[in-house]
Amino acid sequence: MPSRNLGIAAIVIVLALALLPLSGSRYALDLSTQVLIYCLFALSLNVLIGYIGNVSFGHAAYFAIGGYSCVILLTTYQWPLMLALPAAIVVSGLAAAAIGYFCVRLTEIYFAMLTLAFAMLVWGVAFKWKDVTGGDDGFTGVLMPKLLEDHANFFWFTLVSVSVGVALLWMICHSAFGLTLVAIRENAVRAGFVGVDTRKMRWAAFTVAGTFAGLAGALFGMYNRGMYIENAFWTESAQVLIMVLLGGIHSFIGPLIGAAVLYLLQIVTNQYTPYWPTVLGTILLIVVLVLPDGLTGLAKRFRIFSGS
Amino acid sequence: MTLPVFLTNVFYGLALAMNMFVIASGLNLIFGVLRVINFAHGMFYMFGAYFMFTVTKSWGAPFIVGVLAAGAGLAAIALVIERFLLRRLYGKEHLMQLLFTFAIVLLMSDAAKMIWGTDQYSVGYPPSLRGAVQLGPTIVPQYLVFLCAAGPMIAVAMWLAVDRTRWGRIVRAATQDREMLAALGVNVPMVYAMVFTIGSALAGIGGALAAPRIALAPGMDATIINECFIIVIIGGLGHLWGSFLGALAFGFVVQFGTILVPNWQDVLPYLLMLSVLLIRPWGLLGRPELSR
Repeated sequence: MPSRNLGIAAIVIVLALALLPLSGSRYALDLSTQVLIYCLFALSLNVLIGYIGNVSFGHAAYFAIGGYSCVILLTTYQWPLMLALPAAIVVSGLAAAAIGYFCVRLTEIYFAMLTLAFAMLVWGVAFKWKDVTGGDDGFTGVLMPKLLEDHANFFWFTLVSVSVGVALLWMICHSAFGLTLVAIRENAVRAGFVGVDTRKMRWAAFTVAGTFAGLAGALFGMYNRGMYIENAFWTESAQVLIMVLLGGIHSFIGPLIGAAVLYLLQIVTNQYTPYWPTVLGTILLIVVLVLPDGLTGLAKRFRIFSGS
Repeated sequence: MTLPVFLTNVFYGLALAMNMFVIASGLNLIFGVLRVINFAHGMFYMFGAYFMFTVTKSWGAPFIVGVLAAGAGLAAIALVIERFLLRRLYGKEHLMQLLFTFAIVLLMSDAAKMIWGTDQYSVGYPPSLRGAVQLGPTIVPQYLVFLCAAGPMIAVAMWLAVDRTRWGRIVRAATQDREMLAALGVNVPMVYAMVFTIGSALAGIGGALAAPRIALAPGMDATIINECFIIVIIGGLGHLWGSFLGALAFGFVVQFGTILVPNWQDVLPYLLMLSVLLIRPWGLLGRPELSR
């Protein structure tokens, strides 16, 4: 699809979503808010997986850092949102830069393990630094700006934030920088020979991914009116990885679709059975064994098959 | 800290380290040969501990039967997983293998809930090892002495098997060049299956040995897998004695952390890992990876 048509499609989808509060259903509104947040979270991870080919297994760390910073600044320090949100994004970006500096020294499977280890360090700090984060009771009682206490307003706020985030990521992924990342994914040695500082590029991509995960986390913290240490646990990192994979890593919109499908599926499943892990495990097995290019890959295969 | 207190802590740290080594060495072996990060390893450990509970408490069998049952049970589970599913993923991206093992974690966690419920269980020291031992100026539980002896024995046995036997030579060759090994007439898939089975059995045995020291409850798999990763990363991925060293460092840091900086002992292993990685990103005994 040419990017012009894609742009128009995106605008239509965002405008259609903006009309959602008119439906008057609080349930639909809350659900859509959460799905939007997870879409941004999954998309930020795909900068690493899809574009540069580095699997981070600790992406929840930056989501959690963004979330915790935002709610702590809002509540404990009573900062206004206009300061707290950018500050939270900057904090998670800086954390990703600091952690990424060490992680990008390794590649492939070693990289994945290191990101996981750092994420568990973040989890450990959130768990033990009780005075600031609330420890395993979680951080609750978030002071929200009056304007955003209304669910429709918060939905619009999320929609705008996520749309801006997705648009920025689109520009980043399709810039010269994004193409450089793809070149590194395809052949790091060759990219190095033509003069690309691959380690620096991977570091930059790591920071970008962490920054946008931080934005998603900040929105989540506000939506949820709190942050819990589970949000930083490695199973959360695994969940977002599954979203990315289910949608398809070789397509920009794949993670968006994966996040929406998986999240809605979880909501539906939980209404019928407590065994969501079994369902998720089965989905994961199917994806890994027979559908490695995800739902978007399946759609592409289907399109080729039907000859259009 | 007086000398007896210090020695007691050294001893408890050592016992913890040796228990962790048994588990982590299995993870390390699988990684070294198959290059698969097995997230299900923690779940295998939990099943090992639960098997120990069922066999010794519910059926009243002796301790050693529990250890053997845990090892054999996990070997059987691992063999089925490897033969029917995991073998399809060799040669695919690491991401797929990683997520495959995570799928196993999800499925087995629900299975454990269905079989054993969500109650907390305890096993207790086996009757034959319930006493105490005078060790210089301190007195320590017999069971922990047993653990301290079991760890080095398993380490030496693994080293002999991998470094001194024909089978070990084949395993080492499989880590170097799979195709060449197959061309020489070795059944490589069989080697992989064996390694995965033995590594997983070690997780089961480690869980069975840990069962008397700890409380068994859902979620015990998630903490242990991280601790194993720390140990393996500190020591150097795929390096047997590295894991041994990593386990020792982990055991002492946790034990003395609990005494010196209570409440923060869980974060210390991560700090330990970071300080090792700052100086040697490839671990204490590991070798730098070849640049791609």
